[in-house]
Amino acid sequence: MKHYQLIVIGGGPAGLAAAIAAWNAGLREVLIIERDQVLGGILNQCIHNGFGLTHFKEELTGPEYAGRFIDQLAQTGVEVKCDTMVLQLTQDRQVICTGPAGYEILHAQSIVLAMGCRERTRGAIQTPGDRPAGIYTAGTAQRYLNIEGYMVGKRVVILGSGDIGLIMARRMTLEGAKVLACVEVMPHSSGLTRNIVQCLHDYDIPLYLSHTVTDIRGHGRLEQLVVSEVDANRKPIPGTEMIFDCDTLLLSVGLLPENELTRMAGIEMDPRTNGAVVFENNETSIPGIFSCGNVLQVHDLVDFVSAEAIRAGEAAATYVLHPGEGSGEVLTVGPGLDVSYTVPQRIRPAQAGAGVEIFFRVRRVTGSAVILVRCGEQVVAKFRREHMAPGEMEHIRVPKALLPQGPAHLEVSIEEAAQ
Amino acid sequence: MREVICIVCPRGCRLQVDETSYAVTGNHCERGADYGAQEVKAPTRTLTSTVRLTGSHILRRCPVKTNGTIPKALMLDAAKALDAIEVSVPVHVGQVLVENLLGTGVALVATRAINE
Ligand code: SF4
Repeated sequence: MKHYQLIVIGGGPAGLAAAIAAWNAGLREVLIIERDQVLGGILNQCIHNGFGLTHFKEELTGPEYAGRFIDQLAQTGVEVKCDTMVLQLTQDRQVICTGPAGYEILHAQSIVLAMGCRERTRGAIQTPGDRPAGIYTAGTAQRYLNIEGYMVGKRVVILGSGDIGLIMARRMTLEGAKVLACVEVMPHSSGLTRNIVQCLHDYDIPLYLSHTVTDIRGHGRLEQLVVSEVDANRKPIPGTEMIFDCDTLLLSVGLLPENELTRMAGIEMDPRTNGAVVFENNETSIPGIFSCGNVLQVHDLVDFVSAEAIRAGEAAATYVLHPGEGSGEVLTVGPGLDVSYTVPQRIRPAQAGAGVEIFFRVRRVTGSAVILVRCGEQVVAKFRREHMAPGEMEHIRVPKALLPQGPAHLEVSIEEAAQ
Repeated sequence: MREVICIVCPRGCRLQVDETSYAVTGNHCERGADYGAQEVKAPTRTLTSTVRLTGSHILRRCPVKTNGTIPKALMLDAAKALDAIEVSVPVHVGQVLVENLLGTGVALVATRAINE
Protein backbone atom coordinates (compact mmCIF):
# COMPACT_ATOMS: atom_id res chain seq x y z
CA MET A 1 0.00 0.00 0.00
CA LYS A 2 1.49 3.34 -1.10
CA HIS A 3 1.71 5.89 1.69
CA TYR A 4 1.45 9.71 1.59
CA GLN A 5 1.54 12.50 4.15
CA LEU A 6 -1.48 14.06 2.46
CA ILE A 7 -3.96 12.99 -0.20
CA VAL A 8 -6.14 15.74 -1.66
CA ILE A 9 -9.31 14.41 -3.27
CA GLY A 10 -10.24 16.72 -6.14
CA GLY A 11 -8.03 18.84 -8.42
CA GLY A 12 -10.29 21.88 -8.84
CA PRO A 13 -9.63 25.27 -7.28
CA ALA A 14 -9.94 23.96 -3.71
CA GLY A 15 -7.73 20.91 -4.21
CA LEU A 16 -5.04 22.88 -6.04
CA ALA A 17 -4.82 25.59 -3.38
CA ALA A 18 -4.86 23.05 -0.52
CA ALA A 19 -2.06 20.95 -2.03
CA ILE A 20 0.14 23.98 -2.75
CA ALA A 21 -0.44 25.36 0.76
CA ALA A 22 0.42 22.00 2.35
CA TRP A 23 3.59 21.77 0.27
CA ASN A 24 4.59 25.30 1.22
CA ALA A 25 3.97 24.41 4.88
CA GLY A 26 6.50 21.60 4.65
CA LEU A 27 4.75 18.40 3.53
CA ARG A 28 6.70 16.52 0.86
CA GLU A 29 4.60 13.43 0.09
CA VAL A 30 1.44 14.98 -1.30
CA LEU A 31 -0.93 13.53 -3.91
CA ILE A 32 -3.88 15.09 -5.74
CA ILE A 33 -6.46 12.70 -7.17
CA GLU A 34 -8.64 14.17 -9.93
CA ARG A 35 -11.32 12.32 -11.88
CA ASP A 36 -11.18 14.55 -14.98
CA GLN A 37 -8.37 14.27 -17.54
CA VAL A 38 -6.98 17.65 -16.51
CA LEU A 39 -6.67 19.79 -13.38
CA GLY A 40 -8.72 22.93 -12.85
CA GLY A 41 -12.19 21.53 -12.20
CA ILE A 42 -15.19 23.67 -13.02
CA LEU A 43 -12.99 26.72 -13.74
CA ASN A 44 -12.08 25.25 -17.12
CA GLN A 45 -15.61 25.78 -18.37
CA CYS A 46 -16.11 29.13 -16.61
CA ILE A 47 -14.54 31.08 -19.46
CA HIS A 48 -16.06 34.39 -18.31
CA ASN A 49 -14.09 36.88 -16.24
CA GLY A 50 -14.55 38.17 -12.72
CA PHE A 51 -12.27 35.74 -10.90
CA GLY A 52 -9.23 36.63 -8.85
CA LEU A 53 -10.04 40.16 -7.71
CA THR A 54 -9.36 39.22 -4.11
CA HIS A 55 -6.65 36.58 -4.48
CA PHE A 56 -4.61 38.00 -7.36
CA LYS A 57 -5.85 41.62 -7.25
CA GLU A 58 -6.70 41.46 -10.93
CA GLU A 59 -9.61 40.27 -12.99
CA LEU A 60 -9.11 36.87 -14.58
CA THR A 61 -11.21 34.35 -16.48
CA GLY A 62 -11.79 30.90 -14.96
CA PRO A 63 -9.16 29.12 -17.07
CA GLU A 64 -6.61 31.85 -16.28
CA TYR A 65 -7.34 31.59 -12.55
CA ALA A 66 -6.92 27.80 -12.65
CA GLY A 67 -3.82 28.17 -14.83
CA ARG A 68 -2.08 30.31 -12.19
CA PHE A 69 -2.56 27.57 -9.59
CA ILE A 70 -1.59 24.81 -12.03
CA ASP A 71 1.64 26.72 -12.77
CA GLN A 72 2.32 27.11 -9.03
CA LEU A 73 1.68 23.41 -8.51
CA ALA A 74 4.23 22.60 -11.21
CA GLN A 75 6.86 24.36 -9.07
CA THR A 76 6.22 21.89 -6.23
CA GLY A 77 6.79 18.16 -6.01
CA VAL A 78 3.11 17.39 -5.53
CA GLU A 79 2.13 14.21 -7.35
CA VAL A 80 -1.02 14.24 -9.50
CA LYS A 81 -3.21 11.37 -10.65
CA CYS A 82 -5.76 12.50 -13.24
CA ASP A 83 -8.50 10.40 -14.81
CA THR A 84 -8.68 8.67 -11.44
CA MET A 85 -11.84 8.15 -9.44
CA VAL A 86 -11.88 7.68 -5.70
CA LEU A 87 -14.28 4.84 -4.90
CA GLN A 88 -14.00 4.83 -1.16
CA LEU A 89 -12.52 6.69 1.77
CA THR A 90 -12.21 4.93 5.11
CA GLN A 91 -12.06 6.24 8.67
CA ASP A 92 -8.40 5.29 8.97
CA ARG A 93 -7.66 7.36 5.86
CA GLN A 94 -7.32 4.68 3.25
CA VAL A 95 -8.21 5.91 -0.21
CA ILE A 96 -9.39 3.34 -2.71
CA CYS A 97 -9.26 4.56 -6.28
CA THR A 98 -9.27 3.42 -9.86
CA GLY A 99 -7.67 5.01 -12.91
CA PRO A 100 -5.01 4.45 -15.56
CA ALA A 101 -2.85 2.78 -12.87
CA GLY A 102 -5.65 0.31 -12.13
CA TYR A 103 -7.26 -0.37 -8.77
CA GLU A 104 -5.19 1.03 -5.95
CA ILE A 105 -5.38 1.25 -2.20
CA LEU A 106 -3.49 4.25 -0.86
CA HIS A 107 -3.01 5.49 2.67
CA ALA A 108 -2.40 8.99 3.99
CA GLN A 109 -1.69 10.58 7.35
CA SER A 110 -4.08 13.35 6.38
CA ILE A 111 -6.79 13.90 3.79
CA VAL A 112 -8.25 17.07 2.29
CA LEU A 113 -11.72 16.65 0.83
CA ALA A 114 -12.05 19.00 -2.16
CA MET A 115 -14.62 17.25 -4.37
CA GLY A 116 -16.66 20.36 -5.10
CA CYS A 117 -20.36 20.27 -5.83
CA ARG A 118 -22.80 19.34 -8.56
CA GLU A 119 -25.96 20.91 -9.83
CA ARG A 120 -29.42 20.21 -8.56
CA THR A 121 -31.30 18.54 -11.38
CA ARG A 122 -34.83 18.54 -12.66
CA GLY A 123 -35.55 15.57 -10.40
CA ALA A 124 -34.49 17.56 -7.37
CA ILE A 125 -37.04 20.31 -8.05
CA GLN A 126 -39.87 18.24 -9.53
CA THR A 127 -40.86 20.17 -12.63
CA PRO A 128 -44.28 19.34 -14.05
CA GLY A 129 -45.34 18.28 -17.55
CA ASP A 130 -43.80 16.35 -20.44
CA ARG A 131 -40.31 14.93 -20.55
CA PRO A 132 -38.94 16.19 -23.88
CA ALA A 133 -35.32 16.75 -24.90
CA GLY A 134 -33.92 20.25 -24.51
CA ILE A 135 -33.80 20.48 -20.72
CA TYR A 136 -30.34 20.84 -19.24
CA THR A 137 -28.75 22.01 -16.06
CA ALA A 138 -27.00 25.30 -16.79
CA GLY A 139 -23.56 23.88 -15.99
CA THR A 140 -24.04 20.96 -18.36
CA ALA A 141 -25.02 23.36 -21.13
CA GLN A 142 -21.97 25.44 -20.21
CA ARG A 143 -19.72 22.42 -20.62
CA TYR A 144 -21.28 21.50 -23.98
CA LEU A 145 -20.84 25.04 -25.26
CA ASN A 146 -17.48 26.07 -23.81
CA ILE A 147 -15.56 22.81 -23.78
CA GLU A 148 -17.20 20.57 -26.39
CA GLY A 149 -18.26 23.39 -28.72
CA TYR A 150 -21.95 22.50 -29.14
CA MET A 151 -24.89 24.92 -28.97
CA VAL A 152 -27.71 23.38 -26.95
CA GLY A 153 -30.61 25.44 -28.36
CA LYS A 154 -31.90 28.55 -30.08
CA ARG A 155 -34.77 29.86 -27.96
CA VAL A 156 -34.00 29.56 -24.30
CA VAL A 157 -35.70 30.05 -20.94
CA ILE A 158 -33.68 29.87 -17.73
CA LEU A 159 -35.27 28.60 -14.53
CA GLY A 160 -33.53 29.86 -11.42
CA SER A 161 -31.30 32.89 -11.13
CA GLY A 162 -28.14 31.24 -9.85
CA ASP A 163 -24.92 32.68 -11.21
CA ILE A 164 -24.31 29.88 -13.72
CA GLY A 165 -27.77 30.43 -15.21
CA LEU A 166 -27.16 34.17 -15.51
CA ILE A 167 -23.74 33.65 -17.08
CA MET A 168 -25.28 31.18 -19.53
CA ALA A 169 -28.02 33.69 -20.46
CA ARG A 170 -25.31 36.05 -21.71
CA ARG A 171 -23.20 33.31 -23.23
CA MET A 172 -26.09 31.83 -25.25
CA THR A 173 -27.10 35.32 -26.40
CA LEU A 174 -23.59 36.07 -27.63
CA GLU A 175 -23.62 32.77 -29.52
CA GLY A 176 -26.77 33.77 -31.34
CA ALA A 177 -29.55 32.24 -29.24
CA LYS A 178 -32.59 34.20 -28.09
CA VAL A 179 -32.93 34.06 -24.31
CA LEU A 180 -36.57 34.82 -23.61
CA ALA A 181 -36.62 35.01 -19.83
CA CYS A 182 -35.01 34.14 -16.56
CA VAL A 183 -37.57 32.85 -14.07
CA GLU A 184 -36.94 32.84 -10.30
CA VAL A 185 -39.36 31.41 -7.73
CA MET A 186 -38.01 33.52 -4.89
CA PRO A 187 -38.74 37.25 -4.57
CA HIS A 188 -34.99 37.91 -4.87
CA SER A 189 -32.28 36.65 -7.18
CA SER A 190 -29.88 34.03 -5.91
CA GLY A 191 -27.10 35.31 -8.19
CA LEU A 192 -24.69 38.18 -7.72
CA THR A 193 -26.05 41.64 -8.55
CA ARG A 194 -23.26 42.25 -11.05
CA ASN A 195 -24.37 39.18 -12.98
CA ILE A 196 -27.98 40.39 -13.09
CA VAL A 197 -26.67 43.62 -14.59
CA GLN A 198 -24.07 42.40 -17.05
CA CYS A 199 -25.82 39.19 -18.13
CA LEU A 200 -29.52 40.10 -18.11
CA HIS A 201 -29.89 43.92 -18.22
CA ASP A 202 -27.16 44.30 -20.86
CA TYR A 203 -29.12 42.07 -23.26
CA ASP A 204 -32.64 43.12 -22.23
CA ILE A 205 -33.46 39.68 -20.85
CA PRO A 206 -36.41 39.96 -18.46
CA LEU A 207 -36.08 38.54 -14.94
CA TYR A 208 -39.38 37.30 -13.52
CA LEU A 209 -39.08 37.14 -9.73
CA SER A 210 -41.71 35.16 -7.77
CA HIS A 211 -42.45 33.11 -10.91
CA THR A 212 -41.95 29.47 -11.78
CA VAL A 213 -42.42 26.98 -14.60
CA THR A 214 -45.83 25.35 -14.19
CA ASP A 215 -46.00 23.26 -17.36
CA ILE A 216 -43.51 21.78 -19.80
CA ARG A 217 -44.87 20.87 -23.24
CA GLY A 218 -43.20 19.10 -26.11
CA HIS A 219 -43.02 15.85 -28.05
CA GLY A 220 -39.47 14.76 -28.71
CA ARG A 221 -38.12 18.27 -28.22
CA LEU A 222 -39.28 20.99 -25.85
CA GLU A 223 -41.82 23.27 -27.56
CA GLN A 224 -43.52 25.37 -24.93
CA LEU A 225 -43.21 26.42 -21.32
CA VAL A 226 -45.90 27.84 -19.10
CA VAL A 227 -44.66 30.27 -16.46
CA SER A 228 -46.87 31.47 -13.60
CA GLU A 229 -46.51 33.94 -10.80
CA VAL A 230 -46.34 32.43 -7.31
CA ASP A 231 -47.73 33.67 -4.01
CA ALA A 232 -45.83 34.14 -0.75
CA ASN A 233 -46.01 30.37 -0.18
CA ARG A 234 -44.55 29.69 -3.64
CA LYS A 235 -47.89 28.35 -4.88
CA PRO A 236 -48.71 29.26 -8.51
CA ILE A 237 -51.45 31.89 -8.85
CA PRO A 238 -54.12 30.81 -11.38
CA GLY A 239 -54.69 33.31 -14.17
CA THR A 240 -51.08 34.57 -14.24
CA GLU A 241 -49.86 32.09 -16.88
CA MET A 242 -47.46 33.23 -19.60
CA ILE A 243 -46.55 30.99 -22.52
CA PHE A 244 -43.06 30.87 -24.01
CA ASP A 245 -42.32 29.12 -27.30
CA CYS A 246 -38.84 27.76 -26.77
CA ASP A 247 -36.69 24.72 -27.48
CA THR A 248 -34.45 24.84 -24.43
CA LEU A 249 -34.84 25.14 -20.67
CA LEU A 250 -31.75 25.63 -18.54
CA LEU A 251 -31.98 24.87 -14.84
CA SER A 252 -29.94 26.96 -12.45
CA VAL A 253 -31.61 25.91 -9.24
CA GLY A 254 -28.78 25.42 -6.82
CA LEU A 255 -25.73 23.35 -6.12
CA LEU A 256 -25.24 20.34 -3.87
CA PRO A 257 -21.91 19.50 -2.28
CA GLU A 258 -20.72 16.13 -3.55
CA ASN A 259 -20.21 14.30 -0.26
CA GLU A 260 -20.70 10.60 -1.00
CA LEU A 261 -17.13 9.82 0.09
CA THR A 262 -17.51 11.94 3.21
CA ARG A 263 -20.64 10.08 4.27
CA MET A 264 -19.07 6.73 3.43
CA ALA A 265 -16.21 7.51 5.80
CA GLY A 266 -18.74 8.16 8.57
CA ILE A 267 -17.88 11.85 8.91
CA GLU A 268 -20.47 13.93 10.77
CA MET A 269 -22.56 16.00 8.35
CA ASP A 270 -24.44 19.27 8.72
CA PRO A 271 -27.91 19.01 7.14
CA ARG A 272 -27.92 22.78 6.67
CA THR A 273 -24.88 22.93 4.40
CA ASN A 274 -24.97 19.34 3.12
CA GLY A 275 -21.28 19.44 3.93
CA ALA A 276 -19.18 18.12 6.78
CA VAL A 277 -19.28 19.60 10.27
CA VAL A 278 -15.88 21.25 10.69
CA PHE A 279 -13.73 22.90 13.31
CA GLU A 280 -12.11 26.32 12.94
CA ASN A 281 -9.20 24.73 11.02
CA ASN A 282 -11.53 22.89 8.60
CA GLU A 283 -10.95 19.55 10.32
CA THR A 284 -13.94 17.22 10.21
CA SER A 285 -15.18 14.91 12.97
CA ILE A 286 -12.44 12.44 11.96
CA PRO A 287 -9.02 13.73 13.04
CA GLY A 288 -6.72 14.31 10.08
CA ILE A 289 -9.53 14.63 7.52
CA PHE A 290 -10.21 18.20 6.40
CA SER A 291 -12.83 19.67 4.09
CA CYS A 292 -12.79 22.85 1.99
CA GLY A 293 -14.33 24.57 -1.01
CA ASN A 294 -17.74 23.77 -2.45
CA VAL A 295 -17.82 20.30 -0.91
CA LEU A 296 -17.92 22.02 2.48
CA GLN A 297 -20.22 24.93 1.67
CA VAL A 298 -21.32 26.29 -1.69
CA HIS A 299 -19.37 29.48 -2.37
CA ASP A 300 -20.17 32.38 -4.72
CA LEU A 301 -16.58 33.35 -5.38
CA VAL A 302 -13.61 31.16 -6.16
CA ASP A 303 -11.31 33.57 -4.32
CA PHE A 304 -12.97 32.51 -1.07
CA VAL A 305 -12.66 28.85 -2.06
CA SER A 306 -8.91 29.34 -2.47
CA ALA A 307 -8.60 31.10 0.89
CA GLU A 308 -10.54 28.33 2.64
CA ALA A 309 -8.50 25.63 0.89
CA ILE A 310 -5.22 27.27 1.89
CA ARG A 311 -6.36 27.15 5.53
CA ALA A 312 -7.29 23.47 5.14
CA GLY A 313 -3.99 22.60 3.45
CA GLU A 314 -1.99 24.37 6.14
CA ALA A 315 -4.04 22.67 8.85
CA ALA A 316 -3.34 19.27 7.28
CA ALA A 317 0.38 20.07 7.31
CA THR A 318 0.20 21.10 10.97
CA TYR A 319 -1.64 17.88 11.78
CA VAL A 320 1.09 15.78 10.17
CA LEU A 321 4.14 17.76 11.28
CA HIS A 322 3.03 18.79 14.79
CA PRO A 323 0.70 16.05 16.00
CA GLY A 324 -1.12 16.23 19.30
CA GLU A 325 -2.07 19.89 19.17
CA GLY A 326 -5.72 19.31 18.41
CA SER A 327 -7.27 19.25 21.85
CA GLY A 328 -8.92 21.64 24.30
CA GLU A 329 -12.40 22.94 25.01
CA VAL A 330 -14.92 22.94 22.19
CA LEU A 331 -17.48 25.64 21.41
CA THR A 332 -20.35 24.89 19.08
CA VAL A 333 -21.56 27.47 16.55
CA GLY A 334 -24.91 27.62 14.79
CA PRO A 335 -27.38 29.88 13.03
CA GLY A 336 -29.97 32.02 14.81
CA LEU A 337 -32.65 34.35 13.44
CA ASP A 338 -32.51 34.87 9.65
CA VAL A 339 -29.24 32.99 9.23
CA SER A 340 -29.32 29.69 7.35
CA TYR A 341 -26.04 28.06 8.43
CA THR A 342 -22.58 28.68 9.81
CA VAL A 343 -19.15 27.29 8.92
CA PRO A 344 -17.34 26.29 11.07
CA GLN A 345 -19.80 24.59 13.36
CA ARG A 346 -17.18 23.93 16.08
CA ILE A 347 -14.39 26.06 17.50
CA ARG A 348 -11.49 25.04 19.71
CA PRO A 349 -10.47 28.40 21.18
CA ALA A 350 -7.03 27.02 22.03
CA GLN A 351 -6.45 26.53 18.27
CA ALA A 352 -8.04 29.74 17.18
CA GLY A 353 -4.90 31.82 16.72
CA ALA A 354 -5.79 35.51 16.89
CA GLY A 355 -9.44 34.80 16.12
CA VAL A 356 -11.83 32.72 14.05
CA GLU A 357 -13.58 33.47 10.81
CA ILE A 358 -17.21 32.42 10.67
CA PHE A 359 -18.95 32.13 7.29
CA PHE A 360 -22.72 32.13 6.87
CA ARG A 361 -25.62 33.13 4.67
CA VAL A 362 -28.60 35.27 5.57
CA ARG A 363 -32.11 34.10 4.76
CA ARG A 364 -33.43 37.35 3.31
CA VAL A 365 -32.30 40.59 1.71
CA THR A 366 -31.58 43.28 4.30
CA GLY A 367 -30.68 46.94 4.35
CA SER A 368 -28.52 48.31 7.11
CA ALA A 369 -28.26 45.55 9.73
CA VAL A 370 -26.13 44.17 12.52
CA ILE A 371 -24.74 40.67 12.79
CA LEU A 372 -24.89 39.45 16.39
CA VAL A 373 -22.86 36.65 17.91
CA ARG A 374 -24.56 35.52 21.08
CA CYS A 375 -23.61 33.15 23.86
CA GLY A 376 -26.87 32.53 25.68
CA GLU A 377 -28.31 35.97 26.41
CA GLN A 378 -25.00 37.71 26.15
CA VAL A 379 -23.89 39.43 22.93
CA VAL A 380 -20.27 38.45 22.38
CA ALA A 381 -19.61 40.40 19.18
CA LYS A 382 -21.44 42.74 16.82
CA PHE A 383 -20.75 43.57 13.19
CA ARG A 384 -22.42 46.19 10.99
CA ARG A 385 -23.40 45.69 7.33
CA GLU A 386 -25.04 48.10 4.90
CA HIS A 387 -26.60 45.40 2.79
CA MET A 388 -26.86 41.61 2.92
CA ALA A 389 -28.46 39.07 0.59
CA PRO A 390 -28.81 35.27 0.54
CA GLY A 391 -26.86 35.19 -2.73
CA GLU A 392 -23.77 36.63 -1.04
CA MET A 393 -21.86 34.68 1.57
CA GLU A 394 -21.04 36.75 4.63
CA HIS A 395 -18.13 36.34 6.96
CA ILE A 396 -17.08 37.79 10.29
CA ARG A 397 -13.91 37.51 12.29
CA VAL A 398 -14.38 37.01 16.02
CA PRO A 399 -11.23 37.94 17.97
CA LYS A 400 -10.03 35.18 20.28
CA ALA A 401 -10.35 37.45 23.31
CA LEU A 402 -14.12 37.61 22.79
CA LEU A 403 -14.63 33.83 22.66
CA PRO A 404 -16.22 32.47 25.84
CA GLN A 405 -14.24 30.20 28.15
CA GLY A 406 -15.33 26.61 28.55
CA PRO A 407 -17.90 24.68 26.53
CA ALA A 408 -20.66 26.91 25.19
CA HIS A 409 -22.84 27.54 22.14
CA LEU A 410 -22.44 30.58 19.93
CA GLU A 411 -25.37 31.72 17.82
CA VAL A 412 -25.03 33.98 14.79
CA SER A 413 -28.10 36.04 13.93
CA ILE A 414 -28.96 39.27 12.17
CA GLU A 415 -31.07 42.21 13.22
CA GLU A 416 -32.14 44.83 10.75
CA ALA A 417 -31.77 48.43 11.91
CA ALA A 418 -35.13 50.19 12.24
CA GLN A 419 -35.62 52.49 9.26
CA MET B 1 -28.92 61.52 -12.14
CA ARG B 2 -28.77 57.99 -13.34
CA GLU B 3 -28.51 54.94 -11.14
CA VAL B 4 -25.87 52.48 -12.28
CA ILE B 5 -24.95 49.25 -10.53
CA CYS B 6 -21.20 48.86 -10.46
CA ILE B 7 -20.05 45.54 -11.94
CA VAL B 8 -16.35 45.94 -11.31
CA CYS B 9 -16.41 43.72 -8.24
CA PRO B 10 -18.99 41.43 -6.59
CA ARG B 11 -20.01 44.06 -4.06
CA GLY B 12 -22.31 45.63 -6.67
CA CYS B 13 -22.50 49.19 -5.33
CA ARG B 14 -25.44 51.35 -6.45
CA LEU B 15 -23.90 54.41 -8.04
CA GLN B 16 -25.58 57.74 -8.69
CA VAL B 17 -24.04 59.30 -11.76
CA ASP B 18 -24.60 62.90 -12.82
CA GLU B 19 -25.27 62.87 -16.55
CA THR B 20 -23.54 66.14 -17.31
CA SER B 21 -20.60 66.31 -14.91
CA TYR B 22 -20.21 62.50 -14.66
CA ALA B 23 -19.72 62.93 -10.91
CA VAL B 24 -20.30 59.64 -9.09
CA THR B 25 -21.57 59.00 -5.58
CA GLY B 26 -22.42 55.75 -3.81
CA ASN B 27 -19.18 54.09 -4.89
CA HIS B 28 -17.31 52.20 -2.23
CA CYS B 29 -13.98 52.57 -4.01
CA GLU B 30 -12.24 54.56 -6.74
CA ARG B 31 -12.77 51.97 -9.46
CA GLY B 32 -16.50 52.50 -9.06
CA ALA B 33 -16.13 56.20 -9.87
CA ASP B 34 -14.34 55.38 -13.13
CA TYR B 35 -16.84 52.69 -14.01
CA GLY B 36 -19.88 54.88 -13.28
CA ALA B 37 -18.61 57.77 -15.40
CA GLN B 38 -17.63 55.45 -18.27
CA GLU B 39 -20.95 53.60 -18.08
CA VAL B 40 -22.89 56.82 -18.57
CA LYS B 41 -20.53 58.25 -21.23
CA ALA B 42 -20.02 55.12 -23.33
CA PRO B 43 -20.49 51.71 -21.76
CA THR B 44 -17.80 49.09 -22.41
CA ARG B 45 -17.42 45.40 -21.57
CA THR B 46 -14.89 42.60 -21.77
CA LEU B 47 -15.90 39.87 -24.22
CA THR B 48 -15.14 36.27 -23.30
CA SER B 49 -15.81 33.38 -25.65
CA THR B 50 -14.09 30.45 -27.34
CA VAL B 51 -12.51 29.87 -30.77
CA ARG B 52 -11.93 26.73 -32.81
CA LEU B 53 -8.88 24.73 -31.69
CA THR B 54 -6.98 22.21 -33.79
CA GLY B 55 -4.29 19.70 -32.94
CA SER B 56 -5.43 18.89 -29.40
CA HIS B 57 -6.55 15.41 -28.53
CA ILE B 58 -8.53 16.48 -25.49
CA LEU B 59 -10.03 19.86 -26.38
CA ARG B 60 -11.99 21.31 -29.31
CA ARG B 61 -12.27 24.93 -28.20
CA CYS B 62 -9.77 27.43 -26.88
CA PRO B 63 -11.17 30.02 -24.42
CA VAL B 64 -10.40 33.66 -25.27
CA LYS B 65 -11.04 37.19 -24.03
CA THR B 66 -10.61 40.73 -25.23
CA ASN B 67 -7.53 42.08 -23.56
CA GLY B 68 -9.44 45.13 -22.39
CA THR B 69 -12.97 46.42 -22.75
CA ILE B 70 -14.73 47.11 -26.04
CA PRO B 71 -17.87 49.19 -26.67
CA LYS B 72 -20.90 47.36 -25.29
CA ALA B 73 -22.75 47.93 -28.56
CA LEU B 74 -20.13 45.84 -30.39
CA MET B 75 -20.43 42.74 -28.20
CA LEU B 76 -22.66 40.73 -30.52
CA ASP B 77 -20.71 41.63 -33.66
CA ALA B 78 -17.43 40.84 -31.95
CA ALA B 79 -18.74 37.46 -30.78
CA LYS B 80 -19.78 36.71 -34.36
CA ALA B 81 -16.35 37.71 -35.70
CA LEU B 82 -14.76 34.97 -33.59
CA ASP B 83 -16.41 32.29 -35.74
CA ALA B 84 -13.69 32.82 -38.36
CA ILE B 85 -10.79 32.44 -35.94
CA GLU B 86 -8.84 29.26 -35.43
CA VAL B 87 -5.82 28.44 -33.30
CA SER B 88 -3.69 25.33 -33.08
CA VAL B 89 -1.71 23.84 -30.22
CA PRO B 90 0.48 24.76 -28.45
CA VAL B 91 -1.38 27.78 -27.09
CA HIS B 92 -0.13 29.92 -24.21
CA VAL B 93 -2.09 32.19 -21.90
CA GLY B 94 -2.11 35.72 -23.29
CA GLN B 95 -1.23 34.60 -26.83
CA VAL B 96 -2.57 37.25 -29.23
CA LEU B 97 -5.01 35.74 -31.72
CA VAL B 98 -6.30 38.99 -33.22
CA GLU B 99 -4.35 42.22 -32.77
CA ASN B 100 -7.19 44.67 -33.27
CA LEU B 101 -10.66 43.21 -32.93
CA LEU B 102 -13.18 45.01 -35.18
CA GLY B 103 -11.09 48.16 -35.16
CA THR B 104 -11.48 48.66 -31.41
CA GLY B 105 -7.72 48.68 -30.89
CA VAL B 106 -8.23 45.86 -28.39
CA ALA B 107 -6.57 42.47 -28.88
CA LEU B 108 -8.16 39.05 -28.56
CA VAL B 109 -6.02 36.73 -26.44
CA ALA B 110 -6.10 33.07 -25.39
CA THR B 111 -6.91 32.40 -21.73
CA ARG B 112 -5.76 28.81 -21.36
CA ALA B 113 -2.45 27.05 -21.90
CA ILE B 114 -3.06 24.04 -24.12
CA ASN B 115 -0.07 21.88 -24.93
CA GLU B 116 -1.54 18.62 -26.10
S1 SF4 C 1 -17.59 50.80 -6.40
FE1 SF4 C 1 -15.78 49.61 -5.88
S2 SF4 C 1 -16.50 48.31 -4.20
FE2 SF4 C 1 -18.34 49.07 -5.20
S3 SF4 C 1 -18.85 47.48 -6.71
FE3 SF4 C 1 -17.58 49.01 -7.76
S4 SF4 C 1 -15.52 48.20 -7.61
FE4 SF4 C 1 -16.74 47.11 -6.09
